[in-house]
Amino acid sequence: MAKVIIYPINSLILSDLVERFGHKPLAMMEKIKEKVNTVGVDSPPLNITAEEPKMGLKYAAVEVPAGVRGRMAIVGPMIDEAEAAVIVNEASMAFGCMGCARTNELTKYLIRKKEIPILEVEYPRSEEEGQEFVYKIAEFLKSLPPEDKV
Amino acid sequence: MTKDKQVKVALVSCGSEYAGVQGELEKVAASVNAKLIFPEIDIASLDTIGRDFGIEAASPDLRLMMARAQAVVEGLTDVDGVFITSCFRCAEAAIVRNEVRRYINKHSNVPVISYSFTERTTAATLMTRMEALTTIAKRKHLLAREHQTGLTAGIDSGSTTTKAVIMRDDKIIGQGWVPTIKVIDSATEAFNHALEEAGVKAEEIQAIGTTGYGRFLVGEHFKAQLIQEEITVNSKGAVYLANKQKGPATVIDIGGMDNKAISVQDGIPGMFTMGGICAGASGRFLDMTAKRLGVEITELGALAVKGMQEKVEMNSYCIVFGIQSLVNSLAKGSRPEDVAAAACHSVVEQIFEQQLQEVDVKEPLILVGGSSLIEGVPKALSDLLKINVLVPPNSHLIGAVGSALLASGFVED
Repeated sequence: MAKVIIYPINSLILSDLVERFGHKPLAMMEKIKEKVNTVGVDSPPLNITAEEPKMGLKYAAVEVPAGVRGRMAIVGPMIDEAEAAVIVNEASMAFGCMGCARTNELTKYLIRKKEIPILEVEYPRSEEEGQEFVYKIAEFLKSLPPEDKV
Repeated sequence: MTKDKQVKVALVSCGSEYAGVQGELEKVAASVNAKLIFPEIDIASLDTIGRDFGIEAASPDLRLMMARAQAVVEGLTDVDGVFITSCFRCAEAAIVRNEVRRYINKHSNVPVISYSFTERTTAATLMTRMEALTTIAKRKHLLAREHQTGLTAGIDSGSTTTKAVIMRDDKIIGQGWVPTIKVIDSATEAFNHALEEAGVKAEEIQAIGTTGYGRFLVGEHFKAQLIQEEITVNSKGAVYLANKQKGPATVIDIGGMDNKAISVQDGIPGMFTMGGICAGASGRFLDMTAKRLGVEITELGALAVKGMQEKVEMNSYCIVFGIQSLVNSLAKGSRPEDVAAAACHSVVEQIFEQQLQEVDVKEPLILVGGSSLIEGVPKALSDLLKINVLVPPNSHLIGAVGSALLASGFVED
């Protein structure tokens, strides 16, 4: 089982695909769930406090706005953890989206910079392209090690 | 410096020509005998550089910046140094600038500096950085010096204090440390103290080196053989005093007006930042804290070590707000020990947040400058970074020692 980071980072379809092929998706939803359910932190709705932008400094300089660094405090550790990645470019909003273009640029860059297996595919615009799209992702996921590394 | 060959510096920017600062950039380059050049690129690469480099920046000029960086790394442009610059407050440029700097640093041996400008950026602001860049590029033989030989002097004319040392054969035999009031008068006073302690006459000194803000004036006055900015001098002085001349090191210098974070390899600076958006992140804030607490600056450290910073909320991002929270906490009945600890923590936190992510922190971490003598400061830094912080002996004399060490290169010449 490989830990696969997906982009868009909150795509339910991608997350589901990764899981179906026996891998662990690294996605935003789970992290946000953790944040929302954290007991004792009172900063609704996401419970992101002033500490997160500081933690984001590991990924972006102080000049980069706090919102980017706050997002990177959640996304960055997932990139660090990732053993493989599936990036879907030019996806429709409904497929998954992160609201901040700067975070998106940095996220994709940091994933690409990692020396891990990466599949980059374009978002399909027709049924035929859709089939090809799922096929490519499936083949990629099948090529990843099925067993736990440890 | 003018005797050296002209240094070619690649300007990797996203349009400094449009920001009203190009003239200042050209001016500072000329003042250190450097020439700014725009790396040649293949125009077609602009269509693919986003994917090739990895950041699909929306701004085409940032794509140009990445393409120029790639041209430097691939050797398509022959340069001695790189100056990466973009507008202050542009988020996309801040991301690209940082990654471009890391990319060049990782894939080439060319020294790099990075700066975000406003329309008010002047040649004087950039002077120390550009001077350091050209020194690292062209005077590596000077920086390779590991031992002080002969009888030499170093004078560090800092913004708050002036330090002088006399050295003979790798030993400090005299030192002087006085507040900076009038630059030449203070330097003369510190130099005389050092001469007196060393028991030597000024005429016997074989070479003098000067550094710090007043280096040019003091250097000219004392006819110094070496007039050098404090980034290269301090990193050299730090690894020399800490006896860590080989391998990687990180030097943090908390000065009276600004701070430097320098990543060093074999005594030669690699990436460095000069920070201090506000004096709240510098020794000046500690000085003001000591005054408000009614203790000498030399007593502040011992007080801070006894206190708990967690008990006082303090943020010295801006010195005015920093002093405000200091006054408020005292008014609420906070203990002076806790306030002192919070002040040290706050200064260190500013350095951590504003500067340390721009250099790769590699151990040993050497803390120098007058603030390193305030025990609470190295403790706060060590607590924050969770690594050991090394404060070498005579850490406050770092600039003077570095100058005397490098000046000894002129004794043999």
